[in-house]
Amino acid sequence: MVNIGIADLNVVKSPEVLATYALGSCIGICLYDAELKIAGLAHIMLPWSKDAGAAADNMRRYADTGITELIQKMVAMGAKKYRLTAKIAGGAQMFSTNSAVFNIGERNIEAVKKVLGTYNIPIIAEETGLNFGRTVFFYSEDGIMEVKAATRPTKRV
Amino acid sequence: MSLQNMDQLNAVHFDVLREIGNIGQGNAASSLSQMLSQTIDISVPTVKLLDFNESVEYLGGPENVVLGMLVGLKGDINGMMLYVLQKNFANSMLNAVFGKEINDLTELDEMDISFVQEIGNILAGSYVNAISSLTGLTIDISVPTISIDMAGAILAVPAVEFAQIGNSVLFIDDSFIFGSSPTGGDSSEIKSNMILVPELSSLETLFSRLGIEV
Repeated sequence: MVNIGIADLNVVKSPEVLATYALGSCIGICLYDAELKIAGLAHIMLPWSKDAGAAADNMRRYADTGITELIQKMVAMGAKKYRLTAKIAGGAQMFSTNSAVFNIGERNIEAVKKVLGTYNIPIIAEETGLNFGRTVFFYSEDGIMEVKAATRPTKRV
Repeated sequence: MSLQNMDQLNAVHFDVLREIGNIGQGNAASSLSQMLSQTIDISVPTVKLLDFNESVEYLGGPENVVLGMLVGLKGDINGMMLYVLQKNFANSMLNAVFGKEINDLTELDEMDISFVQEIGNILAGSYVNAISSLTGLTIDISVPTISIDMAGAILAVPAVEFAQIGNSVLFIDDSFIFGSSPTGGDSSEIKSNMILVPELSSLETLFSRLGIEV
C-alpha cells in the first residue's frame, strides 16, 4: 500500500494499491492506464495555483499543477496520455455555512473537471460533493476505486 | 515588521495566547460547572504549533471520528475557531446531563448535537470574551456548526485557510477535570482541542493592543 498524504501524489504499477485518507473538501484524483495497469493518485486541496498565497511552495496542493504533474509522472512510466481515464472522490462541504471558503469543495470539483477536460481525460466514476469525509483506495490491478466513509457503506466503482 | 505566517510566532506570543486561554478556560469551566451541576477544575491550557500531518496524528489519526465545531469570528478579529472534540469529551457532557453513554460519536442524535452545540457556544464565547476583556477589541462569533466525521477531513477545513498563511496549525487546548470531589472520588480529565485560524492582520491587532511587538 502506497500512502498519499494531503497535497501529494504518486504513481504505481500493478499490483500495488494507492491510498489516501480522509478527504474532506480535498479531492482524490485517480488516473489509470488500463493497458499497462499504471495507476496514479493525487490528493489536491485547492483549485488553482495562480491563487496561491504566501505558501506557494508546494504545487501538488492545486488541481491544475497537481494533475499536470501526475500525468507527467505516469507518462514517464510509460503510460499513454490518450489512454488515461479518471475516477474522482471528495469535494465535500464538511460544515454547512454560506461562506465562500466553505464552498471550497465545490470549487475543487469544478477545477478538477476543467483540468481533466483540457487533457481530454474522461471521468468514468465520481463520488463527490455532499457533506462527509472519504478514504480512497485505488487498485492498479483493475482500476477499481474503493471509497470508504465513517457512516456510509463502502463503495467500489 | 509584520506577520507573514504563523511560524513567526515566538515564545512571548505563545505566552499571551496561553494566558488568554487560561482566562477563557476559567470562564468556560464556571459556566459548564453551573450548566452540568458538577465541580469542574482546570489545568493550564496547552498552546502549540503543529504541521498538518502532526496535527492529524495529534487528533488520533486521519480516520478517527471526531466532533468538529466551527465558529466564525468577525469584528476587530476575523477568522475562525475549530473545536475538535473526542468521544470522551461528548460522553462526559452527555453523562452529566442525560446520564447517557455513547460508544461512538456517530450515535449522537439531534438533541445531543444541539446540546453539544450549546457547549461549543460556551467554550468559544469564553475564549472570545477573554480576548475582549484583555484588549477591548470587539469580536462577534457565529453560531457553531457541527460535523461528526474523520479527523483528517475536518482538519482540512482550517488547512485550506492556513495554506494561505503558512503550514502550521495553532492549537489552544483546554483541559477540564470533572467530578473532583472533596472526598477524593473518581475524577477524569478531558481535553478540548481548539484550532485558532485568525487572519494574520487580526493577530497583529491583538498583539499590538497588548503592547507586544510582532
